[in-house]
Amino acid sequence: MKFAVIVFPGSNCDDDMVYAVTEGLNAEAEKVWYTETSVADYDAILLPGGFSYGDYLRSGAIARFAPVMTSVMEEAEKGKPVLGVCNGFQILLEAGLLPGAMQRNQNLRFICRPTELVVENNQTGFTAGYKENETISVPIAHGEGNYFCDEKTLKKLRDNKQIVFTYKSNANGSVADIAGVINEKGNVLGMMPHPERAASDILGSADGLKLFQSILNHWRESHVLTS
Amino acid sequence: MVKVQVYVTLKEGVLDPQGSAIQNALHTMEYKEVQSVQTGKFIELKIEKTTDLEKRIEEMCEKLLSNPVIEDYTYTIEEVVS
Repeated sequence: MKFAVIVFPGSNCDDDMVYAVTEGLNAEAEKVWYTETSVADYDAILLPGGFSYGDYLRSGAIARFAPVMTSVMEEAEKGKPVLGVCNGFQILLEAGLLPGAMQRNQNLRFICRPTELVVENNQTGFTAGYKENETISVPIAHGEGNYFCDEKTLKKLRDNKQIVFTYKSNANGSVADIAGVINEKGNVLGMMPHPERAASDILGSADGLKLFQSILNHWRESHVLTS
Repeated sequence: MVKVQVYVTLKEGVLDPQGSAIQNALHTMEYKEVQSVQTGKFIELKIEKTTDLEKRIEEMCEKLLSNPVIEDYTYTIEEVVS
């Protein structure tokens, strides 16, 4: 299985993503520059954190129109797993691959610290390795992680079990303590906390590694007949 | 050539943490008459005049300049002599 880590000008968690996949999973990962026009050769697509295009206009607003995004959106449409973390999540929201929008943190501060998350839905290709309602420790590092959506969208997210992670203690003002949401189809996940920064015990937590492991296992299960 | 001024504001019902912080500061400065503060963005474009000018401006606003999930926009068009 081959992972693509998309690199935009201003991405800064791309190496951590590659590390989580190559060292943590012993799988293959390649960085893909934002000017590339195809990610069709990869089995999963990771959008890393950072400050693409300096967060100009709105976080993710400009990266969403980067050349590589056309192919990312096509592959997402085909059902390939796409994970957006932090700025990657913001890009997925701006691209309309996930519902909602991000606002400045309620306290207007950049927050960088470990947080406790609740796995609200472990029936996804990203979270099958967790137990339902398991509490995991994954760090956050963002200034604009205050997730917003209207009542109607929130109801839909709840009805379809699209809220995958919530904060045990809401640090940024997000609607319904939302830390991560998945699309209806179940192949595009966006989350503000950084699983790649919790991919090994020496980093303080290895809880995030299970997420990458789940993507790999899911891929193996669906390819077992063809390989 | 026209000068287009776009104003982007938060939709009603969307909390504006920066606005509230500014309002609190103004109150601390004894400007107690301030009832509310709304922040937004101002973007100025110079555009070659086309027949479907307004349609294209609105497209730009909806696709990039604003995020329709949380923001509204208004704009004005002014002729510029070049």
